Amino acid sequence: MTASPTQTGPPPPKPRAAVVRDALGVGITVGLSGFVFGVTSSGAGLSVAQTCALSLLVFTGASQFALVGAIGAGGAPFAAAAGALFLGARNAFYGLRLSQLLALPAALRPLAAQWVIDETSAVALAQPDRAAARLGFTVTGVSLYLGWNVTTLLGALGASALGDPSAWGLDAAGPAVFLALLASMMRGGNSRGSWRRIRERPEPVTALAAAVLALASLPFLPAGVPILVAALAAPAVLVVNRRRRDLS
Amino acid sequence: MIWAAIALVAAGCYAVKLLGLSVPAAVLERPMVRRLAALVPIATLAGLIALQTFGEGRTLVVDARAAGLAAAAAALLLRAPFLVVVAAAVVVTAAVRALTG
Repeated sequence: MTASPTQTGPPPPKPRAAVVRDALGVGITVGLSGFVFGVTSSGAGLSVAQTCALSLLVFTGASQFALVGAIGAGGAPFAAAAGALFLGARNAFYGLRLSQLLALPAALRPLAAQWVIDETSAVALAQPDRAAARLGFTVTGVSLYLGWNVTTLLGALGASALGDPSAWGLDAAGPAVFLALLASMMRGGNSRGSWRRIRERPEPVTALAAAVLALASLPFLPAGVPILVAALAAPAVLVVNRRRRDLS
Repeated sequence: MIWAAIALVAAGCYAVKLLGLSVPAAVLERPMVRRLAALVPIATLAGLIALQTFGEGRTLVVDARAAGLAAAAAALLLRAPFLVVVAAAVVVTAAVRALTG
């Protein structure tokens, strides 16, 4: 999440040790935050088995936090699942870019697929060549998968010892995780690592519109539905932008 | 019901990951699809941040979580690592809650 492709000009050759170091840095740091997920999930009322199943099988942090957050807020499980799936959809586009970059054999794809997430993509896409990208993807994937799942278990088991998660401020962890992800998404993309031309881009207005839609609909709609309303900000902004472009 | 939701999300998220790795690029390379795919997660994340920071059941409140989120934003502007950003939010939220009772 901290690594973003920012190289300019011809890429210098990168030693394997440097790739491994970058990948482990991301994998271990983010892997540790599985603890926060474990505690949050337990606080939302999920069992240890349910919490661990999410980290093992879903393994995409934002979707996991979204699902347990919505269930904890009293949302219907299937509305909560829809919000989580919306968030997971972006991984298809990481996969698309990675499949060209990594050129994986067909037999490896079903295995590698589970690791196609924000962090592994950020590390792999930041590498100068295919060998470094494959190494970065694999090391980030292994360290993050192991770390995330072990710390999820520890968090879920430790949650009862911690007592009320909100007394420790842990209810603020979910929004902070989302904010960090949002920032890395806004920094990346078309702008090549710069905030400079952000006013010309649709991301900030989409984020703002989504937040307003979510808060405005919260008092009136059943739990779990406001996040689906917020997602409508994306097509709405695209339609408005297209109209404006057609007019000018 | 929770298990069913977990199974649905697990299957859906895995399918989407595999789809990206497997389909020919042309299918997902259409400009409108690309733009929507880039913006939907941003809208969803922003909505979740707002709801989980200011939502309390079905009412809106400004409490210690808002201070925690502000701390996370400050840490991000200082380019702090991911775990520091989350820790800042947690510590500040807990501190504000302890101070204000």
